[in-house]
Amino acid sequence: MTLWLLVRRSLRQHLLSTIVTALAIALAGGLLMSVWAVKRQAHDTFTGQTGGWDAVLGARGSKLQLVLNAVFHLEASPGNVPWADYLDIASNRAVSLAVPLAVGDNYRGYRLVGTTTNYFTQSEYAPGKKFAVVAGGRCFEDGYREALLGSFAAQRLGLKVGDEFHPYHGLNFDPNAQHQETYVVVGILEPSNTPADRVLWIPLAGLQNMSGHDPTTAADVSAVLVKLRSPVAGKTLELLYNRQGNRLTFAWPIAEQVAYLFDRFGWFDQVLTLVAWLVALVATGSVLASIYNSMSARRRDLAILRALGARRETVFGAIVLEAAAIAVLGMAVSYVFYFSVVSVVAAVIRAQTGVVLDPFAWDPVLVWAPAAMVALSAVAGIVPAIKAYGTNVAEGLSPES
Amino acid sequence: MPLLEITDLRKAFTAPDGTTHEVVRIPRFELEARAQVALSGPSGSGKTTFLHLIAGILAPDSGRLVLDGVEMSALSEAARDRLRATSIGYIFQTFNLLQGFTALENVLLGMSFGPGADRSRAEALLRRVGLGDRLDHFPRQLSTGQQQRIAVARALANRPKLVLADEPTGNLDATNAREALALIRGACAEDGAALLLVSHDPGVLASFDRHASLAEINEASRPPSPVPRSPLA
Repeated sequence: MTLWLLVRRSLRQHLLSTIVTALAIALAGGLLMSVWAVKRQAHDTFTGQTGGWDAVLGARGSKLQLVLNAVFHLEASPGNVPWADYLDIASNRAVSLAVPLAVGDNYRGYRLVGTTTNYFTQSEYAPGKKFAVVAGGRCFEDGYREALLGSFAAQRLGLKVGDEFHPYHGLNFDPNAQHQETYVVVGILEPSNTPADRVLWIPLAGLQNMSGHDPTTAADVSAVLVKLRSPVAGKTLELLYNRQGNRLTFAWPIAEQVAYLFDRFGWFDQVLTLVAWLVALVATGSVLASIYNSMSARRRDLAILRALGARRETVFGAIVLEAAAIAVLGMAVSYVFYFSVVSVVAAVIRAQTGVVLDPFAWDPVLVWAPAAMVALSAVAGIVPAIKAYGTNVAEGLSPES
Repeated sequence: MPLLEITDLRKAFTAPDGTTHEVVRIPRFELEARAQVALSGPSGSGKTTFLHLIAGILAPDSGRLVLDGVEMSALSEAARDRLRATSIGYIFQTFNLLQGFTALENVLLGMSFGPGADRSRAEALLRRVGLGDRLDHFPRQLSTGQQQRIAVARALANRPKLVLADEPTGNLDATNAREALALIRGACAEDGAALLLVSHDPGVLASFDRHASLAEINEASRPPSPVPRSPLA
């Protein structure tokens, strides 16, 4: 009780430095937690983001590019897959569902993807979760210039059921590359928190035959999303397409390709983590500096406490506890900073990829980072505490000149 | 047996230039339980050092200092801290109140290092010194006389056997000084605590039946005896 009273009053007596130091801890702690949580959640979310598919079949090239293009709708397609190859894999007994995708157009920067209706009716983007259309809308029909919009794309583009739009050629928005065709929005998907939310879905033939596209490749597709009957089949098909064949690439399993991407950027993670730790160390150093600099002003109070019978260990403990208390205050505020940073990062990631991070998701870093910051601050408090420990009582009690 | 018994107590300090200055050299001093003694002495006569030695704030270089049967000079610093918290009350000239703490908390803190904080006793003590309606006031919100009264309440909080008062009226006007002195003496008498008060105020000294000059008991404060001169043959 005595220590706590001493600490409380000291924090109040040095209110300005307490607030400034606690804010430094809050920012540093919030940054540390944000880096950690975003890193882990992004890794888990992206590697777990298969859209319900097991593999992607595409033109010969990078598996990662295939996955990014077909699942995350990010990269350009490495090339085309002849229609016959689509029919071939779709009829493979090891495959339970194969859905063709065609890409190459956009509307104001949001990608148009041509596909078949079974993408929405037969597939599950997550176990037990199928795409649903918002009431008042429906899925496009093959053979019509109709579009089904992902929820995020619809919201950002301000499109609603009944609106019309002209697609633009290419994956990047070029105002001078407008196609002649007019598409009408017939439905908007319920949010799925997947990259599909950022896409304007149209019939496969619509994209294949868009004005200005090469008619000789009109029957080709950009990629085929594949759902396997059993995981073992993946090995067989990988052997078939990647080892024995030389025209196509079978990217399987999807999560492994994304994990490979994260591995390649592992050094960046480490740099970010190192920076976050350095910031944390600087912030805890500020606790040391702020208390240490106030030691002259505390000299008399410490001497009085000692004269009242406080042991050296008591004043030492009070200073260490004060340093820890500043960190506790700071870390309490750091959660606000953390949720703000992760919310902004999540919004950016969602806008760029359609993948949704949850700022309020549980992460062990929310416990161990505050504990680490408090411990570090307590350690930093040892330096001024040693000074307090060595207080000369007689000198401290003498009237200051 | 006296409450306080001092034998051959010595304390010296080393000046920045390396020279050693003996401040306290007291061959013998005794104080009986419940006694009230005033000590006088000019500035620099070692009054505060003497009180700090008795309080255990300073450790003597040599000699014996026995308080209530406990030889303080043989105790560790932590044990002296404990003894000071439980058996000695200290009233300072500048009050030495903790400015960030209320009147009540100043008294409670003094208790917490001793037998433990007792809120009802702390409140009763503050009421006794006339501050019952100022419990939650901070020292800066009180007059100097009121601040001194908090210091008195704090000094008596742990039912000490000995109260040391170092120029307790030095910062007070005549009226407050008179009241503070009466309060200290009365409270010590009521609580059965001995009082050793240091002052250079003749009025304060005259109010004590027993008073002594530190110059008389502290040999270190006496001017050095002239060295005998031997005339040349």
